[in-house]
Amino acid sequence: MGGVKVLLRNPKRELEVPGPLGVLALLEQLGYIREAVLVIVDGTLVTGDATIADGSGVEIRPVVSGGATGPAPTGSPR
Amino acid sequence: MKCKVCRRPAVVDVRRHNAAFCSDCFLGHCRAQVERAVKEHRMMGPDERVLVAVSGGKDSLALWDILLDIGYQADGLYIGLGIAGYSQPSGEHARAFAAARQAHLVEVDLPSDFGYDVKTGAAADRRVPCSACGLSKRHVFDRAALDGGYDVVATGHNLDDEAAVLLGNVLRWDVAYLARQRPVLPGGEGFPRKVKPLVKLGERETAAYCVLKGLDYQVEECPMSAGNRHLGYKEALNAIEERSPGTKAAFYNGFLDRGSALGAELCQDEREGLHPCPSCAAPTTAAVCAFCKLVERAGGDPRRRIPVTAL
Ligand code: SF4
Ligand SMILES: [Zn+2]
Ligand SMILES: [Zn+2]
Repeated sequence: MGGVKVLLRNPKRELEVPGPLGVLALLEQLGYIREAVLVIVDGTLVTGDATIADGSGVEIRPVVSGGATGPAPTGSPR
Repeated sequence: MKCKVCRRPAVVDVRRHNAAFCSDCFLGHCRAQVERAVKEHRMMGPDERVLVAVSGGKDSLALWDILLDIGYQADGLYIGLGIAGYSQPSGEHARAFAAARQAHLVEVDLPSDFGYDVKTGAAADRRVPCSACGLSKRHVFDRAALDGGYDVVATGHNLDDEAAVLLGNVLRWDVAYLARQRPVLPGGEGFPRKVKPLVKLGERETAAYCVLKGLDYQVEECPMSAGNRHLGYKEALNAIEERSPGTKAAFYNGFLDRGSALGAELCQDEREGLHPCPSCAAPTTAAVCAFCKLVERAGGDPRRRIPVTAL
């Protein structure tokens, strides 16, 4: 039983959880919502219904980026 | 889950479409959404020269990749913002993409070309960093597009970005901003046309696109983005989306369908009173444009030429 190695990003850090477990269960356990992340298991993107086998390496990759996405301040068109 | 199109095992689920896709069909889906957006909003013609605003992040690289795949003559413009720990790796991702696709990347570096960076510019002009950054990027893109003879500037704003901005504008009922929040801003009077071909794709989709296409992008966020207001709006929208998938798209698309009459004239009025900035020639309503003010306050030189080769 190697457990499931989980790589989190932004900042990069690693932790381990007992496997096997479902993708949604993992996200819930770590407090992520599906809409905000991708789950990559051993280098392959997986859907929400996938099961993560013990011994796998998982990356939870956030997809939400911030920054100035709005239009220009008033007075200077765009 | 099985691919909605070909029934092979799926790798991505898109809950708002109540669908899952295999890798090939998903890449096709993304391309189709971009083609639809371009067509629906008449963003650009097949022979027009496109300048893609490239940050090295998922959205701009996915956008550039898709436009090239569709067959557009699309060059990239990367702006070095001088942000420690972020600008350098971002630039490397942009360069690596350009090299791999044999695409043309124009580079402008705020510190070496204009003599300031986002942080010093923000402090000198008493703005938050993202405001100084946004102002600088807009100016450089406009200039570069006009100097380089490009027909249109394409930016990587996705559905999530637009929905978050819309929420912010609605919360403040900022009619002037709402008027300007469109997938296409026409050019003219010193402005290039600007288009957002990713408005039908969420950021989860653009990220998945990059992963499946093997495009290496800047995953770690810009350090200045922490606490950004738009991030808060995105979080709020995602919490709603999680319970009722499709909310973000309905919110934004409903605005485009029904809410955008709201400011059509305002958009016109805004261009009255514009004249070229005496220092850099960019259109402005002020005595000196906001970009020149910022750069001068930060001790840089706003008049530096942007090294764009007109083709
Ligand atoms: S987070 Fe703000 S400062 Fe950083 S790149 Fe985005 S807009 Fe610029
Ligand atoms: Zn398929
Ligand atoms: Zn100026």
